[in-house]
Amino acid sequence: MTYYRPRTAAEAVELTTSGADPAYLAGGHTLIPAMKARLRDPDRLIDVSGLDELRGMQHADGRLWIGALTRHADVARGADVFPALQTMASMIGDPQVRNRGTLGGSLANNDPAADYPAAVLALDALVETDRAVHGAADFFQGMFFTALEDGELIRRVGFRIPRRAAYAKFRHPASRYALAGVFVAELEEGWRVAVTGAGGEGVFRWSEAEAALGAGQNARDVPPPDAAAMSSDIHAGADYRAHLCTVMLKQAVGDLS
Amino acid sequence: MAIEFTLNGERAAPTADPTALLVEVLRDELGLTGTHIGCDTSQCGACNVLMNGEPVKSCTLLLAQVDGADIVTIEGLAEGDTLHPMQLAFKEAHGLQCGFCTPGMVMAGIGIAKRHGGAVGEDTIAHELEGNLCRCTGYVNIVKAIKAGAAASAGEMA
Repeated sequence: MTYYRPRTAAEAVELTTSGADPAYLAGGHTLIPAMKARLRDPDRLIDVSGLDELRGMQHADGRLWIGALTRHADVARGADVFPALQTMASMIGDPQVRNRGTLGGSLANNDPAADYPAAVLALDALVETDRAVHGAADFFQGMFFTALEDGELIRRVGFRIPRRAAYAKFRHPASRYALAGVFVAELEEGWRVAVTGAGGEGVFRWSEAEAALGAGQNARDVPPPDAAAMSSDIHAGADYRAHLCTVMLKQAVGDLS
Repeated sequence: MAIEFTLNGERAAPTADPTALLVEVLRDELGLTGTHIGCDTSQCGACNVLMNGEPVKSCTLLLAQVDGADIVTIEGLAEGDTLHPMQLAFKEAHGLQCGFCTPGMVMAGIGIAKRHGGAVGEDTIAHELEGNLCRCTGYVNIVKAIKAGAAASAGEMA
């Protein structure tokens, strides 16, 4: 395994064009655990953490653009225009994890229980890379899969500023990952509800809940999503996860700001 | 690639591979065994060290990632025989039982004090300890210790 520290994003991308299994390293809080578990064995580690061009936050055109290298702790502290996103970032992992983990790393990995994918989907975000701009609807392609090509590097993400939004999650008590996390957002054209942690195919939009909120229905009357589409493991069965979605929906709607 | 960083106020230039885990370099090459390996899966916090003043999990950091950084381990907190206020608070509040998680708890406590100041409450402390596990379940006194340690060192933590 060879370690590289490119000086520019272009140089980083160039480094991925050779080598059998190159990997970008940002905060390392997904990649390093995956390497320890022998799930990943990259031959090239390309450390992008020093690339200042991938940092920062900017409020423009109704969106909050956040650089891919921005840490969860920085979003929790700094995204003042966007309380729901601040709250969500402050709920990722634990303080030590938030001091290292990054927005871009979370999205590129698309862990089925990660928090950011729910925010991206609910806030109709744009994912800007070195070669394309991906809409939220197309970006996530089943758990651990995204629209990113080999070597494609996320530069920044533009979250639409909603009228109101909130995020609620039921954490696994040890890992702090979501067993069910529900991000609710009211945009100009209507409601969006995205669910992480629960779906068998990763993050998804809960269209029945969106329609119900749009019709002025009370969140407590929204039935659970189809349990057949939920994931099931030693931590929680499919029926329980489907039920947790309804509980988190009620909690999120109650917390809208 | 040569990696250099500041470790407890002094220059360190370990020869381990840049892709080695920081916690293993600290313990095996540099002989600082106060930083513990508990779960080795970024959950328990026994390996917490301060990186540029913020607690991070050294089991989930490669040596290369701390190049040029300022790292403080539990061995670097005291000044001579004078314990850091957070260490002293753990001693006085009996914030430990077996002691295995203690170095990581002290580092997490310093982070909590920095983020929330000297008047931080017990509920906040308990919540912010979500990344630290004590298998003796001695959390009550750990929370008391961090509260006292934060109050004793308000605004001037390491």
